[in-house]
Amino acid sequence: MSGTLRIHVDPEKCQGHARCKSLAPELFELDELGNAQIIGNGAIPAGLEDKAWLAQANCPEIAITVEKE
Amino acid sequence: MSSPAPVTDWVHDFDHTDPRWTEDPFPIWDDLRTKCPVAHTSRFLGVYLPTTYEAVKEICHDTECFSSRRVVVRNFRPEPPPPAPPITSDPPAHKHAKQILLPPFAPEAVTKLKPRIRTICNELIDGFINEKGCDAAARYTRYIPTRAITIMLGVPEKDGDLFIKWIHEILEVGLYDDAAVMQAVREMVAYFAEQIEARKKHPTDDLIATLMNARGEDGQPLTDMHVQGALRLLLVAGIDTTWSAIGSSLWHLAQTPADRERLIAEPELIPTAVEEFLRAYAPATSGREVMKEATVSGCPMKPGNMVLLSFPAANRDPAVFPDADKIVIDRKENRHIAFGVGIHRCVGAHLARMEMLVAIEEWLKRIPEFRLDPSGEVKWSEGSVRGPRQLPLLLGRT
Repeated sequence: MSGTLRIHVDPEKCQGHARCKSLAPELFELDELGNAQIIGNGAIPAGLEDKAWLAQANCPEIAITVEKE
Repeated sequence: MSSPAPVTDWVHDFDHTDPRWTEDPFPIWDDLRTKCPVAHTSRFLGVYLPTTYEAVKEICHDTECFSSRRVVVRNFRPEPPPPAPPITSDPPAHKHAKQILLPPFAPEAVTKLKPRIRTICNELIDGFINEKGCDAAARYTRYIPTRAITIMLGVPEKDGDLFIKWIHEILEVGLYDDAAVMQAVREMVAYFAEQIEARKKHPTDDLIATLMNARGEDGQPLTDMHVQGALRLLLVAGIDTTWSAIGSSLWHLAQTPADRERLIAEPELIPTAVEEFLRAYAPATSGREVMKEATVSGCPMKPGNMVLLSFPAANRDPAVFPDADKIVIDRKENRHIAFGVGIHRCVGAHLARMEMLVAIEEWLKRIPEFRLDPSGEVKWSEGSVRGPRQLPLLLGRT
């Protein structure tokens, strides 16, 4: 399987727990209300796959998805 | 008043003030989870108790059937309930009320307080480090969140003792005694009215000022009732919860040398351990009022009842957490809901996390060896917030 691994945050679900930002600060930033935003276009740079997975696995709102394109 | 009758049937007649629940609620929840996902009691004017992660989450997300106008399960239900926005707000009013408080509690904002919390922890430790033992709940864990909230509100540190008295009256005595709640609320209103008046003469840059200067959705200043209610919330929710979480963490570490040694050897693991302590010893249980008939996990729920929303029970659900009853300080996948889930996610979550992290880091740096004092007794708080209120420890290798 090839293809880019991409991360997505559902802004309707995000409640600002900020677990993703703590676990993967290279991939997420927070807006002024503390809700998560993807840094860049969501493509996960090589080497950060584990962090992306951790962020997804620790979001209590299930707001984060990691998909292969 | 006389003590409530002891519980003999937890499925149909539970009581979250029963001494067995206070001492060790986990086996009760584990047993309930295998019998039915939602228990009920006619005590406290009728209350449901979901014990699964799924049921708790579903109720948090259904703000139409389950209102936050009451979030503490008590023996009485005054009408209207005293508001404490945003925790007692439902949509659509909730969103704006919450947004006012989010920036001062955002991760970056609370990080600025970190050096002061570190200093406070060390000053507290200085006070007992040369003794053989200490009650860590009375001399350490209690003061960390109390001082943090006095700094954020911009009030004298010594007022913290008054805050703890009000919290005890509202969240413990007040489960059975309406007059105690009302009296505490009156005292808090008078206290904050004085603080607000002082700021009109001499403006400040603190949380009280943030609320005084905030605007409602209509562009008008918030009503006095809103400002006062939000201040009561910050005071009540921000102290004994974190006091409990730090205390439960130390209680665990006092009995688990392997975890202590690992965190000392690998301090970078402490943030992960903090999440696990939050999962396993989530201090806060919330509540909802059933407004419309609903079915949760196949159980019908009727208006007129409350829901006891136990985040700690949800966090011990083995359907979501492998080895749910074990404390795994390096747990990788941890979607715990100690701070709730959905729109009412605890606004102070990042402050609480920072305080827990610093409190545990500083304690382990200076007191790597400690254990429960076998000649003392650990005492737990009763009701909606669970944590040690007496935690006798022996310090060092004695």
